[in-house]
Amino acid sequence: MTEKKIRVLVAKPGLDGHDRGAKVVARALRDAGMEVIYTGLRQTPEMIAEAALQEDVDVVGLSILSGAHMALTPRLLELLKYNGQSHVKIFIGGIIPDEDSHRLKEMGVTGVYGPGASTEDIIRDVKLAVTG
Amino acid sequence: MNYSQAVLSGDRLALARLLTQVENEAPEGRAALIELFPHTGQAHLIGVTGAPGTGKSSLVNQLTLHFRKTQNKRVAIVAVDPSSPFTGGAVLGDRVRMRDLSGDSGVFIRSMATRGSLGGLAQSTANMAQVFDAAGFDIVIIETVGAGQSEVDVARLAHTTLVVEAPGLGDDIQAIKAGILEIADILVVNKADRPGVENTEKSLKSMLELAHPTERVFQHHGQSTRVAAPKQDSSSALMWIPPIQRTVAIEGKGISELAQSITRHVTHLTHSGGWAIRERTRLEVELDSLIREKLVSRFRDEVPQKQYDDILEKVIQRELSPWEAAAMLTYE
Repeated sequence: MTEKKIRVLVAKPGLDGHDRGAKVVARALRDAGMEVIYTGLRQTPEMIAEAALQEDVDVVGLSILSGAHMALTPRLLELLKYNGQSHVKIFIGGIIPDEDSHRLKEMGVTGVYGPGASTEDIIRDVKLAVTG
Repeated sequence: MNYSQAVLSGDRLALARLLTQVENEAPEGRAALIELFPHTGQAHLIGVTGAPGTGKSSLVNQLTLHFRKTQNKRVAIVAVDPSSPFTGGAVLGDRVRMRDLSGDSGVFIRSMATRGSLGGLAQSTANMAQVFDAAGFDIVIIETVGAGQSEVDVARLAHTTLVVEAPGLGDDIQAIKAGILEIADILVVNKADRPGVENTEKSLKSMLELAHPTERVFQHHGQSTRVAAPKQDSSSALMWIPPIQRTVAIEGKGISELAQSITRHVTHLTHSGGWAIRERTRLEVELDSLIREKLVSRFRDEVPQKQYDDILEKVIQRELSPWEAAAMLTYE
Protein backbone atom coordinates (compact mmCIF):
# COMPACT_ATOMS: atom_id res chain seq x y z
CA MET A 1 0.00 0.00 0.00
CA THR A 2 1.37 3.40 -0.94
CA GLU A 3 1.48 6.30 1.47
CA LYS A 4 -1.70 8.31 1.84
CA LYS A 5 -1.26 11.79 0.37
CA ILE A 6 -3.06 14.88 1.59
CA ARG A 7 -5.25 16.06 -1.29
CA VAL A 8 -6.17 19.75 -1.42
CA LEU A 9 -8.48 21.59 -3.79
CA VAL A 10 -7.39 25.19 -4.31
CA ALA A 11 -10.23 27.23 -5.75
CA LYS A 12 -10.89 30.82 -6.57
CA PRO A 13 -14.59 31.57 -6.19
CA GLY A 14 -16.23 34.86 -7.11
CA LEU A 15 -15.50 37.41 -9.74
CA ASP A 16 -12.11 38.94 -8.94
CA GLY A 17 -9.29 37.78 -11.20
CA HIS A 18 -6.32 37.97 -8.86
CA ASP A 19 -5.01 34.44 -8.55
CA ARG A 20 -1.42 35.08 -7.51
CA GLY A 21 -2.16 34.30 -3.86
CA ALA A 22 -3.89 31.05 -4.77
CA LYS A 23 -0.94 30.02 -6.93
CA VAL A 24 1.61 30.84 -4.21
CA VAL A 25 -0.32 28.68 -1.73
CA ALA A 26 -0.78 25.86 -4.28
CA ARG A 27 2.95 25.83 -4.95
CA ALA A 28 3.81 25.90 -1.22
CA LEU A 29 1.49 22.96 -0.47
CA ARG A 30 3.00 21.05 -3.38
CA ASP A 31 6.48 21.64 -1.98
CA ALA A 32 5.21 20.30 1.34
CA GLY A 33 4.43 17.01 -0.45
CA MET A 34 0.67 17.44 -0.91
CA GLU A 35 -1.34 16.82 -4.06
CA VAL A 36 -3.00 20.08 -5.02
CA ILE A 37 -5.85 20.20 -7.49
CA TYR A 38 -6.02 23.68 -8.97
CA THR A 39 -9.33 24.70 -10.52
CA GLY A 40 -8.68 28.19 -11.86
CA LEU A 41 -10.64 31.42 -11.70
CA ARG A 42 -14.31 32.33 -11.27
CA GLN A 43 -15.65 29.17 -9.71
CA THR A 44 -19.13 29.00 -8.25
CA PRO A 45 -19.66 27.22 -4.91
CA GLU A 46 -21.49 24.52 -6.93
CA MET A 47 -18.45 23.95 -9.15
CA ILE A 48 -16.13 23.83 -6.13
CA ALA A 49 -18.31 21.33 -4.26
CA GLU A 50 -18.55 19.11 -7.33
CA ALA A 51 -14.77 19.14 -7.82
CA ALA A 52 -14.21 18.43 -4.11
CA LEU A 53 -16.48 15.39 -4.40
CA GLN A 54 -14.95 13.97 -7.60
CA GLU A 55 -11.42 14.47 -6.33
CA ASP A 56 -12.21 13.14 -2.80
CA VAL A 57 -10.10 15.88 -1.21
CA ASP A 58 -9.28 16.30 2.47
CA VAL A 59 -9.06 20.07 2.30
CA VAL A 60 -10.57 22.92 0.26
CA GLY A 61 -8.58 26.16 0.15
CA LEU A 62 -10.48 29.23 -1.02
CA SER A 63 -8.89 32.46 -2.15
CA ILE A 64 -11.37 35.33 -1.94
CA LEU A 65 -10.36 38.93 -2.54
CA SER A 66 -13.70 40.26 -3.69
CA GLY A 67 -15.33 40.73 -0.29
CA ALA A 68 -17.98 38.13 -1.07
CA HIS A 69 -16.70 35.60 1.49
CA MET A 70 -19.78 35.87 3.73
CA ALA A 71 -22.00 34.88 0.80
CA LEU A 72 -19.83 32.25 -0.88
CA THR A 73 -18.58 30.33 2.16
CA PRO A 74 -21.90 29.35 3.82
CA ARG A 75 -23.18 28.16 0.45
CA LEU A 76 -20.12 25.95 -0.05
CA LEU A 77 -20.39 24.53 3.48
CA GLU A 78 -24.02 23.69 2.82
CA LEU A 79 -23.21 21.93 -0.48
CA LEU A 80 -20.36 19.91 1.04
CA LYS A 81 -22.68 18.79 3.82
CA TYR A 82 -25.39 17.86 1.32
CA ASN A 83 -22.85 15.76 -0.61
CA GLY A 84 -21.78 13.89 2.52
CA GLN A 85 -18.44 15.67 2.75
CA SER A 86 -18.76 17.48 6.09
CA HIS A 87 -15.34 16.05 7.01
CA VAL A 88 -13.59 18.26 4.43
CA LYS A 89 -11.62 21.07 6.12
CA ILE A 90 -12.02 24.58 4.74
CA PHE A 91 -9.24 27.18 4.68
CA ILE A 92 -9.74 30.72 3.41
CA GLY A 93 -7.16 33.27 2.33
CA GLY A 94 -7.82 36.84 1.27
CA ILE A 95 -8.94 40.18 2.58
CA ILE A 96 -11.15 39.11 5.48
CA PRO A 97 -12.04 41.56 8.32
CA ASP A 98 -11.45 40.17 11.85
CA GLU A 99 -15.14 40.05 12.79
CA ASP A 100 -15.93 38.08 9.62
CA SER A 101 -13.04 35.76 10.36
CA HIS A 102 -14.62 34.91 13.73
CA ARG A 103 -18.01 34.29 12.16
CA LEU A 104 -16.52 32.09 9.44
CA LYS A 105 -14.78 29.96 12.05
CA GLU A 106 -18.05 29.63 13.95
CA MET A 107 -19.64 28.33 10.76
CA GLY A 108 -17.00 25.61 10.58
CA VAL A 109 -14.12 27.11 8.61
CA THR A 110 -10.83 25.71 9.96
CA GLY A 111 -8.44 28.55 9.15
CA VAL A 112 -8.56 32.13 7.84
CA TYR A 113 -5.43 33.93 6.58
CA GLY A 114 -4.88 37.55 5.61
CA PRO A 115 -2.14 39.38 3.74
CA GLY A 116 1.33 38.57 5.10
CA ALA A 117 0.40 35.13 6.43
CA SER A 118 3.31 32.73 6.16
CA THR A 119 3.02 29.63 4.01
CA GLU A 120 4.74 27.63 6.76
CA ASP A 121 1.85 28.41 9.10
CA ILE A 122 -0.67 27.36 6.46
CA ILE A 123 1.17 24.09 5.78
CA ARG A 124 1.40 23.31 9.51
CA ASP A 125 -2.30 24.05 10.05
CA VAL A 126 -3.40 21.98 7.06
CA LYS A 127 -1.33 18.97 8.16
CA LEU A 128 -2.64 19.28 11.72
CA ALA A 129 -6.26 19.56 10.59
CA VAL A 130 -6.04 16.46 8.36
CA THR A 131 -3.96 14.13 10.47
CA GLY A 132 -5.43 15.33 13.77
CA MET B 1 -19.00 0.52 3.62
CA ASN B 2 -19.36 -1.90 0.72
CA TYR B 3 -17.87 0.20 -2.05
CA SER B 4 -18.63 -2.04 -4.98
CA GLN B 5 -22.40 -2.22 -4.31
CA ALA B 6 -22.58 1.54 -3.81
CA VAL B 7 -20.55 2.22 -6.95
CA LEU B 8 -22.70 -0.12 -9.04
CA SER B 9 -25.81 1.67 -7.82
CA GLY B 10 -24.41 5.01 -9.00
CA ASP B 11 -23.30 6.57 -5.69
CA ARG B 12 -20.85 9.31 -6.73
CA LEU B 13 -19.35 9.85 -3.27
CA ALA B 14 -18.66 6.12 -2.92
CA LEU B 15 -17.10 6.17 -6.40
CA ALA B 16 -14.81 9.07 -5.41
CA ARG B 17 -13.77 7.36 -2.19
CA LEU B 18 -13.17 4.03 -3.87
CA LEU B 19 -10.92 5.76 -6.42
CA THR B 20 -8.83 7.03 -3.50
CA GLN B 21 -8.59 3.52 -2.01
CA VAL B 22 -7.58 2.13 -5.39
CA GLU B 23 -5.05 4.89 -5.94
CA ASN B 24 -3.51 4.23 -2.51
CA GLU B 25 -3.52 0.47 -3.20
CA ALA B 26 -5.42 -0.06 0.03
CA PRO B 27 -6.88 -3.52 0.86
CA GLU B 28 -10.45 -2.13 0.55
CA GLY B 29 -9.60 -0.95 -2.95
CA ARG B 30 -8.25 -4.33 -3.95
CA ALA B 31 -11.32 -6.12 -2.56
CA ALA B 32 -13.66 -3.82 -4.50
CA LEU B 33 -11.66 -4.29 -7.72
CA ILE B 34 -12.16 -8.04 -7.41
CA GLU B 35 -15.92 -7.62 -6.93
CA LEU B 36 -16.21 -5.11 -9.75
CA PHE B 37 -14.14 -7.05 -12.28
CA PRO B 38 -17.09 -9.01 -13.78
CA HIS B 39 -18.74 -5.66 -14.56
CA THR B 40 -15.79 -4.34 -16.57
CA GLY B 41 -14.97 -4.65 -20.26
CA GLN B 42 -17.86 -2.49 -21.45
CA ALA B 43 -16.30 0.98 -21.71
CA HIS B 44 -14.35 2.40 -24.62
CA LEU B 45 -10.99 3.53 -23.25
CA ILE B 46 -9.52 6.49 -25.10
CA GLY B 47 -5.93 7.56 -24.39
CA VAL B 48 -4.83 11.13 -25.06
CA THR B 49 -1.11 11.85 -25.05
CA GLY B 50 1.38 14.33 -26.50
CA ALA B 51 3.98 16.91 -25.55
CA PRO B 52 3.23 19.47 -22.82
CA GLY B 53 1.29 22.47 -24.04
CA THR B 54 -0.19 20.88 -27.14
CA GLY B 55 -3.68 21.30 -25.72
CA LYS B 56 -4.55 17.83 -24.47
CA SER B 57 -6.82 19.02 -21.66
CA SER B 58 -8.69 21.50 -23.86
CA LEU B 59 -9.17 18.77 -26.44
CA VAL B 60 -10.50 16.36 -23.81
CA ASN B 61 -12.88 19.09 -22.65
CA GLN B 62 -14.27 19.62 -26.17
CA LEU B 63 -14.44 15.92 -27.03
CA THR B 64 -16.36 15.23 -23.84
CA LEU B 65 -18.82 18.05 -24.59
CA HIS B 66 -19.30 16.51 -28.03
CA PHE B 67 -19.88 12.98 -26.69
CA ARG B 68 -22.38 14.36 -24.17
CA LYS B 69 -24.33 16.46 -26.66
CA THR B 70 -24.44 14.26 -29.72
CA GLN B 71 -24.14 10.71 -28.37
CA ASN B 72 -25.46 11.12 -24.82
CA LYS B 73 -22.66 8.94 -23.51
CA ARG B 74 -21.47 9.05 -19.91
CA VAL B 75 -17.84 10.10 -19.83
CA ALA B 76 -15.19 9.66 -17.14
CA ILE B 77 -11.85 11.43 -17.36
CA VAL B 78 -8.65 10.37 -15.60
CA ALA B 79 -6.16 13.23 -15.89
CA VAL B 80 -2.59 12.43 -14.91
CA ASP B 81 -0.01 15.08 -13.99
CA PRO B 82 3.53 14.59 -12.67
CA SER B 83 4.54 14.36 -9.01
CA SER B 84 7.64 16.24 -7.91
CA PRO B 85 10.55 13.82 -7.70
CA PHE B 86 11.88 15.80 -4.72
CA THR B 87 8.90 16.35 -2.43
CA GLY B 88 6.33 13.91 -3.80
CA GLY B 89 3.88 16.79 -4.06
CA ALA B 90 1.99 17.77 -7.19
CA VAL B 91 -0.11 20.51 -8.69
CA LEU B 92 -2.83 18.91 -10.78
CA GLY B 93 -4.11 21.57 -13.16
CA ASP B 94 -6.02 19.77 -15.89
CA ARG B 95 -9.41 20.76 -14.46
CA VAL B 96 -8.65 24.40 -15.29
CA ARG B 97 -9.30 23.60 -18.98
CA MET B 98 -12.38 21.49 -18.28
CA ARG B 99 -14.67 23.98 -16.59
CA ASP B 100 -17.32 23.57 -19.33
CA LEU B 101 -17.97 20.08 -17.97
CA SER B 102 -18.93 21.29 -14.51
CA GLY B 103 -22.52 20.69 -13.45
CA ASP B 104 -23.06 17.70 -15.76
CA SER B 105 -23.78 14.55 -13.76
CA GLY B 106 -22.90 12.44 -16.82
CA VAL B 107 -19.27 13.49 -16.46
CA PHE B 108 -16.78 12.56 -13.73
CA ILE B 109 -13.27 14.04 -13.71
CA ARG B 110 -10.54 12.66 -11.52
CA SER B 111 -7.01 14.10 -11.34
CA MET B 112 -4.14 11.90 -10.31
CA ALA B 113 -0.42 12.37 -9.73
CA THR B 114 2.17 9.96 -11.15
CA ARG B 115 3.63 9.29 -7.68
CA GLY B 116 7.02 8.34 -9.02
CA SER B 117 5.79 6.17 -11.87
CA LEU B 118 7.35 6.70 -15.31
CA GLY B 119 5.73 5.98 -18.64
CA GLY B 120 3.16 8.80 -18.58
CA LEU B 121 0.64 7.11 -16.29
CA ALA B 122 0.51 6.41 -12.56
CA GLN B 123 0.76 2.90 -11.12
CA SER B 124 -2.96 2.63 -10.51
CA THR B 125 -4.33 4.49 -13.55
CA ALA B 126 -5.45 1.23 -15.18
CA ASN B 127 -7.29 0.19 -12.02
CA MET B 128 -9.01 3.58 -11.79
CA ALA B 129 -10.16 3.14 -15.39
CA GLN B 130 -11.56 -0.28 -14.42
CA VAL B 131 -13.58 1.29 -11.62
CA PHE B 132 -15.11 3.83 -14.03
CA ASP B 133 -15.80 1.03 -16.51
CA ALA B 134 -17.67 -0.98 -13.85
CA ALA B 135 -19.51 2.16 -12.69
CA GLY B 136 -21.17 2.28 -16.10
CA PHE B 137 -19.29 5.05 -17.88
CA ASP B 138 -19.48 4.45 -21.65
CA ILE B 139 -16.24 6.26 -22.38
CA VAL B 140 -13.18 6.59 -20.16
CA ILE B 141 -10.66 9.17 -21.37
CA ILE B 142 -7.15 8.82 -19.97
CA GLU B 143 -5.05 11.94 -20.32
CA THR B 144 -1.34 11.28 -19.76
CA VAL B 145 1.26 13.67 -18.42
CA GLY B 146 2.87 15.86 -21.05
CA ALA B 147 4.82 13.15 -22.78
CA GLY B 148 8.06 13.18 -24.73
CA GLN B 149 9.52 10.07 -26.25
CA SER B 150 8.84 6.90 -24.41
CA GLU B 151 5.70 7.56 -22.37
CA VAL B 152 3.80 4.97 -24.31
CA ASP B 153 2.10 3.01 -21.52
CA VAL B 154 -1.26 4.52 -22.44
CA ALA B 155 -1.33 2.56 -25.71
CA ARG B 156 -1.33 -0.68 -23.76
CA LEU B 157 -4.28 0.49 -21.69
CA ALA B 158 -6.47 2.29 -24.24
CA HIS B 159 -8.48 0.92 -27.16
CA THR B 160 -7.93 4.12 -29.11
CA THR B 161 -4.86 6.32 -28.62
CA LEU B 162 -4.83 9.96 -29.71
CA VAL B 163 -1.42 11.61 -30.05
CA VAL B 164 -1.74 15.38 -29.95
CA GLU B 165 0.72 17.62 -31.78
CA ALA B 166 0.83 21.36 -32.33
CA PRO B 167 2.54 23.50 -34.98
CA GLY B 168 5.78 25.25 -34.18
CA LEU B 169 7.28 22.66 -31.89
CA GLY B 170 10.06 22.31 -34.47
CA ASP B 171 12.74 19.98 -33.27
CA ASP B 172 10.47 18.45 -30.69
CA ILE B 173 8.45 16.90 -33.48
CA GLN B 174 11.58 15.33 -34.89
CA ALA B 175 12.57 14.12 -31.46
CA ILE B 176 9.35 12.33 -30.70
CA LYS B 177 9.04 10.68 -34.11
CA ALA B 178 10.62 7.44 -33.03
CA GLY B 179 8.62 6.83 -29.88
CA ILE B 180 5.27 8.33 -29.33
CA LEU B 181 3.97 8.68 -32.89
CA GLU B 182 4.15 4.93 -33.35
CA ILE B 183 1.42 4.36 -30.79
CA ALA B 184 -1.06 6.74 -32.42
CA ASP B 185 -4.35 5.41 -33.71
CA ILE B 186 -5.32 8.97 -34.54
CA LEU B 187 -2.95 11.92 -34.92
CA VAL B 188 -4.34 15.29 -33.88
CA VAL B 189 -2.75 18.54 -35.01
CA ASN B 190 -4.22 20.92 -32.47
CA LYS B 191 -3.85 24.72 -32.56
CA ALA B 192 -4.31 24.36 -36.31
CA ASP B 193 -4.98 28.08 -36.66
CA ARG B 194 -1.31 28.72 -35.97
CA PRO B 195 1.32 29.26 -38.65
CA GLY B 196 3.29 26.17 -39.59
CA VAL B 197 0.33 23.80 -39.49
CA GLU B 198 1.02 22.62 -43.08
CA ASN B 199 4.60 21.72 -42.17
CA THR B 200 3.53 19.80 -39.09
CA GLU B 201 0.93 17.91 -41.07
CA LYS B 202 3.37 17.21 -43.87
CA SER B 203 6.02 15.78 -41.58
CA LEU B 204 3.43 13.57 -39.88
CA LYS B 205 2.17 12.40 -43.28
CA SER B 206 5.63 11.51 -44.52
CA MET B 207 6.27 9.62 -41.31
CA LEU B 208 3.06 7.65 -41.85
CA GLU B 209 3.81 6.93 -45.50
CA LEU B 210 6.98 5.13 -44.53
CA ALA B 211 4.89 2.68 -42.59
CA HIS B 212 1.78 2.65 -44.79
CA PRO B 213 2.47 3.27 -48.49
CA THR B 214 -0.24 5.33 -50.16
CA GLU B 215 -0.60 7.05 -53.51
CA ARG B 216 1.93 9.82 -53.79
CA VAL B 217 2.62 12.69 -56.16
CA PHE B 218 6.26 13.37 -56.89
CA GLN B 219 7.36 16.81 -58.01
CA HIS B 220 10.41 16.47 -60.21
CA HIS B 221 11.65 19.37 -62.37
CA GLY B 222 8.16 20.83 -62.41
CA GLN B 223 6.57 17.60 -63.63
CA SER B 224 4.33 15.71 -61.32
CA THR B 225 4.27 11.97 -61.44
CA ARG B 226 1.66 9.87 -59.76
CA VAL B 227 2.81 6.70 -58.11
CA ALA B 228 0.02 4.35 -57.14
CA ALA B 229 -0.02 2.71 -53.77
CA PRO B 230 1.09 -0.93 -53.75
CA LYS B 231 -1.76 -3.37 -54.21
CA GLN B 232 -3.33 -4.31 -50.93
CA ASP B 233 -3.88 -7.97 -50.20
CA SER B 234 -6.80 -9.15 -48.10
CA SER B 235 -4.90 -8.92 -44.82
CA SER B 236 -3.92 -5.28 -45.28
CA ALA B 237 -7.52 -4.38 -46.12
CA LEU B 238 -7.99 -4.71 -42.37
CA MET B 239 -5.07 -2.42 -41.73
CA TRP B 240 -5.75 0.85 -39.94
CA ILE B 241 -3.91 3.89 -41.23
CA PRO B 242 -3.91 6.61 -38.55
CA PRO B 243 -5.81 9.64 -39.86
CA ILE B 244 -4.46 13.13 -39.21
CA GLN B 245 -7.11 15.46 -37.79
CA ARG B 246 -6.74 19.22 -37.52
CA THR B 247 -8.40 20.85 -34.53
CA VAL B 248 -8.57 24.18 -32.74
CA ALA B 249 -9.70 22.88 -29.37
CA ILE B 250 -10.38 26.18 -27.62
CA GLU B 251 -12.80 27.15 -30.43
CA GLY B 252 -14.26 23.67 -30.79
CA LYS B 253 -13.13 23.43 -34.43
CA GLY B 254 -12.53 20.00 -35.95
CA ILE B 255 -13.97 18.23 -32.93
CA SER B 256 -16.90 16.49 -34.62
CA GLU B 257 -14.56 15.25 -37.40
CA LEU B 258 -12.22 13.93 -34.70
CA ALA B 259 -15.13 12.22 -32.96
CA GLN B 260 -16.08 10.59 -36.30
CA SER B 261 -12.53 9.25 -36.63
CA ILE B 262 -12.80 7.80 -33.14
CA THR B 263 -16.08 6.10 -34.04
CA ARG B 264 -14.51 4.73 -37.24
CA HIS B 265 -11.64 3.36 -35.19
CA VAL B 266 -14.04 1.54 -32.86
CA THR B 267 -15.79 0.03 -35.89
CA HIS B 268 -12.44 -0.99 -37.33
CA LEU B 269 -11.38 -2.61 -34.05
CA THR B 270 -14.60 -4.59 -33.79
CA HIS B 271 -14.51 -5.81 -37.40
CA SER B 272 -10.80 -6.61 -37.55
CA GLY B 273 -10.73 -8.39 -34.20
CA GLY B 274 -8.33 -5.75 -32.91
CA TRP B 275 -10.56 -5.00 -29.92
CA ALA B 276 -10.30 -8.57 -28.65
CA ILE B 277 -6.54 -8.64 -29.28
CA ARG B 278 -6.03 -5.44 -27.30
CA GLU B 279 -8.15 -6.70 -24.41
CA ARG B 280 -6.21 -9.95 -24.35
CA THR B 281 -2.81 -8.23 -24.45
CA ARG B 282 -3.78 -5.79 -21.73
CA LEU B 283 -5.06 -8.49 -19.38
CA GLU B 284 -2.05 -10.67 -20.10
CA VAL B 285 0.35 -7.85 -19.21
CA GLU B 286 -1.63 -7.19 -16.05
CA LEU B 287 -1.65 -10.84 -15.04
CA ASP B 288 2.10 -11.11 -15.66
CA SER B 289 2.89 -8.09 -13.53
CA LEU B 290 0.68 -9.37 -10.70
CA ILE B 291 2.42 -12.75 -10.80
CA ARG B 292 5.79 -11.00 -10.67
CA GLU B 293 4.63 -8.95 -7.68
CA LYS B 294 3.39 -12.09 -5.89
CA LEU B 295 6.58 -14.04 -6.56
CA VAL B 296 8.73 -11.20 -5.28
CA SER B 297 6.74 -10.94 -2.07
CA ARG B 298 6.81 -14.72 -1.61
CA PHE B 299 10.57 -14.63 -2.12
CA ARG B 300 10.89 -11.90 0.53
CA ASP B 301 8.85 -14.02 2.95
CA GLU B 302 10.90 -17.17 2.39
CA VAL B 303 14.45 -15.90 2.25
CA PRO B 304 15.72 -14.52 5.58
CA GLN B 305 16.95 -10.94 5.34
CA LYS B 306 20.28 -12.05 6.89
CA GLN B 307 20.94 -14.54 4.10
CA TYR B 308 20.03 -11.94 1.49
CA ASP B 309 22.34 -9.36 3.05
CA ASP B 310 25.25 -11.83 3.30
CA ILE B 311 25.00 -12.77 -0.34
CA LEU B 312 24.60 -9.13 -1.36
CA GLU B 313 27.78 -8.34 0.57
CA LYS B 314 29.64 -11.05 -1.37
CA VAL B 315 28.45 -9.46 -4.61
CA ILE B 316 29.69 -6.06 -3.44
CA GLN B 317 33.08 -7.65 -2.56
CA ARG B 318 33.19 -9.16 -6.09
CA GLU B 319 33.26 -12.67 -4.60
CA LEU B 320 30.03 -13.60 -6.38
CA SER B 321 28.51 -12.29 -9.59
CA PRO B 322 24.89 -11.02 -9.45
CA TRP B 323 23.86 -13.94 -11.69
CA GLU B 324 25.32 -16.53 -9.32
CA ALA B 325 23.85 -14.69 -6.35
CA ALA B 326 20.36 -14.68 -7.86
CA ALA B 327 20.65 -18.39 -8.63
CA MET B 328 21.68 -19.15 -5.03
CA LEU B 329 18.91 -17.05 -3.52
CA THR B 330 16.26 -18.68 -5.66
CA TYR B 331 17.70 -22.19 -4.92
CA GLU B 332 18.31 -22.81 -8.59
